Amino acid sequence: MESILKTRELTIDFGGQAAVSGVSLEVPKHQFQSIIGPNGAGKTTLFNLLSGQLQPTHGTILFKETDITHLSPPLRTRMGMGRSFQITNVFPNLTVLENVRLAVQSSAGVRFNFFSALSRFKQFEEEAVHYLKSVMLDGKRDSLAKHLAHGEKRKLEIAMLLALKPELLLLDEPTAGISIEEVPAILDVLRGIKEQGDKTILLIEHKMDMVLDLSDSVTVLFNGKLLASGSPQDIMNNELVQSAYLGGLYDDAS
Amino acid sequence: MRMISRYTIGLLPIVIIMLLAAYPFMNDSRSTLILLSKIFIFAVFAMSYDLLLGYTGIVSFGHAMFFGIGAYAIGIVMYKIGDSMGMLLLALLIGVVLAAIVSYIVGILTLRLQSHFYAMLTLAFAGLFTVLAEKWRSITKGNDGFPFPIPDFFRDRTTFYYFALVFMILFFLLLRRFTKSPLGRVLQAIRENEQRTASLGYQVVHYKVIVSVVAGVVAALCGGMYGMTLRFVNTSVFSMNTTLDALLMTIIGGIGTLYGGVIGAALIELAHELLTSLAKVHPIFERWIIFFGLLYILVVMVFPLGIAGTFKLWLKRKKTSIPLGKRDDVPW
Ligand SMILES: Nc1ncnc2c1ncn2[C@@H]1O[C@H](COP(=O)(O)OP(=O)(O)OP(=O)(O)O)[C@@H](O)[C@H]1O
Ligand SMILES: [Mg+2]
Repeated sequence: MESILKTRELTIDFGGQAAVSGVSLEVPKHQFQSIIGPNGAGKTTLFNLLSGQLQPTHGTILFKETDITHLSPPLRTRMGMGRSFQITNVFPNLTVLENVRLAVQSSAGVRFNFFSALSRFKQFEEEAVHYLKSVMLDGKRDSLAKHLAHGEKRKLEIAMLLALKPELLLLDEPTAGISIEEVPAILDVLRGIKEQGDKTILLIEHKMDMVLDLSDSVTVLFNGKLLASGSPQDIMNNELVQSAYLGGLYDDAS
Repeated sequence: MRMISRYTIGLLPIVIIMLLAAYPFMNDSRSTLILLSKIFIFAVFAMSYDLLLGYTGIVSFGHAMFFGIGAYAIGIVMYKIGDSMGMLLLALLIGVVLAAIVSYIVGILTLRLQSHFYAMLTLAFAGLFTVLAEKWRSITKGNDGFPFPIPDFFRDRTTFYYFALVFMILFFLLLRRFTKSPLGRVLQAIRENEQRTASLGYQVVHYKVIVSVVAGVVAALCGGMYGMTLRFVNTSVFSMNTTLDALLMTIIGGIGTLYGGVIGAALIELAHELLTSLAKVHPIFERWIIFFGLLYILVVMVFPLGIAGTFKLWLKRKKTSIPLGKRDDVPW
């Protein structure tokens, strides 16, 4: 199958300690791939490398056959790569609606307009409301983002990512901090995207059982290194994974 | 009841503008007309600073430089070349183009770095222009500056008063449109969270340079207008005090509101005037910076979001009827 994202020997050193080390990854188009691993395994750091927040000390990243290793984050976003953040990362003093509207505006390619027709603005807002509804946040559209509860901020984060309409979605623990009753609804949103079939999803998860049935394939990261990769079934049965990850650490963490 | 009060508040600016328009018919004291003209001009200058500080979160320590460029452009052209209407337009154009070039250069050099670099480089450039104005005596007559003529049309204080009033209203509307445009919304996103704005696909540096140029150009026009008010220019237009005035006007009026600039400009200019007249009573009042400092502390304590900002919050509370007791936006 054609791959949308490929990394080769991706490595980053933080003063001697390699948080990500020699990771060669391949994500086929229109797949739902999960990355799992214990705390501090380097999952978020890997995402930071993919989305351009960090520069690798070594290795390359190919996105849609283009070398993007040295491309800035906004340009990667415009190429069709969108990410959500594990630590909530929104615009605190803007309304919830405006937070999402900014993402809609960007994906519509409206960047330097001094003047815009009111109808266009309305259209952006309507689209933003649609994404807010999909994460059950439309009731809060006029609140300032900083007044949201933690779980609501997480949902806003997802709405902003969806509004970018990326071809490749990088989701960093999307369900962390969301109340147990709401988690299935968020997973439904992800399932919906998967079923549309035109997006590729790369999702970081801490708790493996959460995403096993959604994932087409699972990659395990441990101490910055790629430990194993395969179908959810393979990973479940992989002895190396069980001893390194599922064994002790998994129980502590969940 | 609520309807009525909202309606009145919407009407307030119109009433104020009508009163200001009628003012010359009630009282044509030259000094008051000049004072009010200066308030109108400084209001726009404060708005241009607000674009940087309040909307984008950029701190400039040398905004006076653009003001000074505009003022000197008018002065030099009027004095050296001629005081026709055409020359006035040429002078404004020169000021605008120079300000655009300088703000572009300063922006390109520093806006991709951490924020204090812009603050420091604008300060350095403002210093450079002060030195230039002091030393290039053949053109600028040094520290003392020089008086110059302006086109007859603007010599009439009442005419100029109306011109300045229209200037303020026009630029308020233009800049408000600018801040509400798609581009303006991105500026506010940058103020809130620069890195997140970038990851939404906006190239942050481009936006910062654009707003730096827009603010510089508007400030240069204000400087030109100021020169026309005084028909005199000296190095004080480049001084730190001029930047501080803009900063104080913006913060006291309320950052991120634009019309806060009008309130701030009125307060600061009136305070200037009052202190100057009180200086005859006791020389302590010449130390106006002390009093501005006190005014600043007072305003920040009573109106932590600036006067306009606090007013806006109060209006919103009223609308959504959240009890005033629960004020989590306010530090205390
Ligand atoms: N900017 C940085 N500078 C130095 N060290 C860092 C930096 N970012 C991450 N690290 C280190 O890299 C390692 C991997 O961190 P990372 O956040 O990628 O883990 P993670 O797999 O996302 O963990 P979690 O499940 O807790 O989110 C950690 O030891 C962390 O301390
Ligand atoms: Mg992480």
